Amino acid sequence: MSDLLNPTLGNAPYDVMRVRQDFPILTRLVHEKKGRAGKPLVYLDNGASAQKPRAVIDAMSHLLENDYANVHRGVHFLSQRSTDLYEAVRDKVAKFLNAPSRENIVFTRNATEAFNLLANSWGGRFLKAGDAVIISWMEHHANIVPWQLLRDRIGITIKVVPVLDDGSLDMAAYEAMLTPEVKLVSITHASNVLGTVNPAARIARLAHAKGILVAFDGSQAAVHQPVDVQSIDADFYVFTGHKLYGPTGIGVLYGRKELLDKMPPWQGGGDMISTVSFENTTYREAPYRFEAGTPAIVEGIGLGAAIDYVSALGMSAIQAHEQRLLAYATHRLSEIEGLRIIGTAPDKAAIISFTMDGIHPHDIGTLLDRGGVAVRVGRHCAEPLMDRFGVGATARASFGLYNTEAEVDVLVEAVQACKAFFG
Amino acid sequence: MFDDLRDLYQEVILDHGKNPRNFGRPAAFNRTARGDNPMCGDKIAIYLTVGEDGTIQDLHFDGRGCAISQASASLMTEILRGKSMKEAEALFGYFHDMCTKDEDEQGDHGPLDEDATDKLAVLSGVREFPMRVKCATLAWHTMNAALHGEATTSTENASF
Repeated sequence: MSDLLNPTLGNAPYDVMRVRQDFPILTRLVHEKKGRAGKPLVYLDNGASAQKPRAVIDAMSHLLENDYANVHRGVHFLSQRSTDLYEAVRDKVAKFLNAPSRENIVFTRNATEAFNLLANSWGGRFLKAGDAVIISWMEHHANIVPWQLLRDRIGITIKVVPVLDDGSLDMAAYEAMLTPEVKLVSITHASNVLGTVNPAARIARLAHAKGILVAFDGSQAAVHQPVDVQSIDADFYVFTGHKLYGPTGIGVLYGRKELLDKMPPWQGGGDMISTVSFENTTYREAPYRFEAGTPAIVEGIGLGAAIDYVSALGMSAIQAHEQRLLAYATHRLSEIEGLRIIGTAPDKAAIISFTMDGIHPHDIGTLLDRGGVAVRVGRHCAEPLMDRFGVGATARASFGLYNTEAEVDVLVEAVQACKAFFG
Repeated sequence: MFDDLRDLYQEVILDHGKNPRNFGRPAAFNRTARGDNPMCGDKIAIYLTVGEDGTIQDLHFDGRGCAISQASASLMTEILRGKSMKEAEALFGYFHDMCTKDEDEQGDHGPLDEDATDKLAVLSGVREFPMRVKCATLAWHTMNAALHGEATTSTENASF
């Protein structure tokens, strides 16, 4: 066990203490006050948003200080420079997802906007009243509400795949749901609450056998493990930059080219057009026709730097490190009497949701925070899932590439102190 | 580890949080409202019996929430029994100010029952925890909605 848990042993040495030095914020203390020493930050809210390495911060500053101008417009030196740097990020994203081409990559504001794009553009064009979209019980609101808006507008139906007691997707129920009226399956690759990693390739294979398209929400999965959109055979794949150690304001929709090519624009404006007259406007090819207006240039550069950063560490090495943390944290937390882990599927990303007998998650959150430990408490933008497990809320520790076993120990100690406090 | 949290979680709060008074839906009541804090998942219902003279003859609550919200609701049910609607509104105004404003910025809410304000003082610690203010005030907002014949209220309403 101890060999398994020690990141310096095993096949891939992963020097987490060295990695931590890349993240300036991790050296700060929290709750420092006159007459009171601060607590070292133990940041376990990576599922909500991850901290940024120096490389990302520097890349954005460097752009602003040296290379910044609007993209896709000017003939001048800086505009060309800015355009080259920004468009190079599209190549980086394509490589990160193992997409066939840079033209599979649409930049959005975040994962939520990617789903709204998909629902409005693809859904608005190819779905009609009576068609169905399958989602699952473990979806983030970002992959629920856009489909409900579309349902209210054009009369599609939404079918929801149940979740088993251990937090796994009910694959038997899923298979039975693949009926002729279903046109799209839109399911999370990994649950932000349960940590469950869904069998994406199998989900896609079963859907494709019936001629149904598949979209995945990779907001959590793309952060915790290597993702290969071709190997899982995704038609669409969504993720967001800020959970991948990049900045806010930039997300990605991957789409198969022949699908993107048939999809109409969903927002109009500059940058997405070929020619404009008052009588008739023609649009650029995909992916550019989905990117109206000046994009998030600086944030795009930040995302590129984040992808460079995690790729240099290696997504497999990150995954192995986080899986060791997950095993250790699960083991330690399970020993605490009265603590219930919500989500115990065999294949999990490094996310642990839990409740404690007689202590509300909100109180857990406040107490842990005083111990320097940042966790998320509440419904995690997944209210139906909370209802499914009969809890109003949970506390959630979500781990990232810079977390350590020592931090798990601080978490466990804080949880135990919390129990004593309310005991 | 949590010494300075004793300001927030005073013994009275821990006691009311664990053993809430007047908890559960009563057989009879004539006004009710539900309150919802969608950010943390807290839900509460208040059941009032208001007499013809406008006196709160009885009040109960149920629902689930953190120690702060349960204790606040429990204390409120003790404090408001026998109070007039006007007194209840004044105490709500006082309590809301106490949770959200520094002492020198708190408004004048007229003459108030000192026993009531003494009891409420145990919750003044939430002022230092802005994220927790809504936990403390949810029950009072819900009571106010019930008094005024509104069926629901939410911490995401502008009035919070």
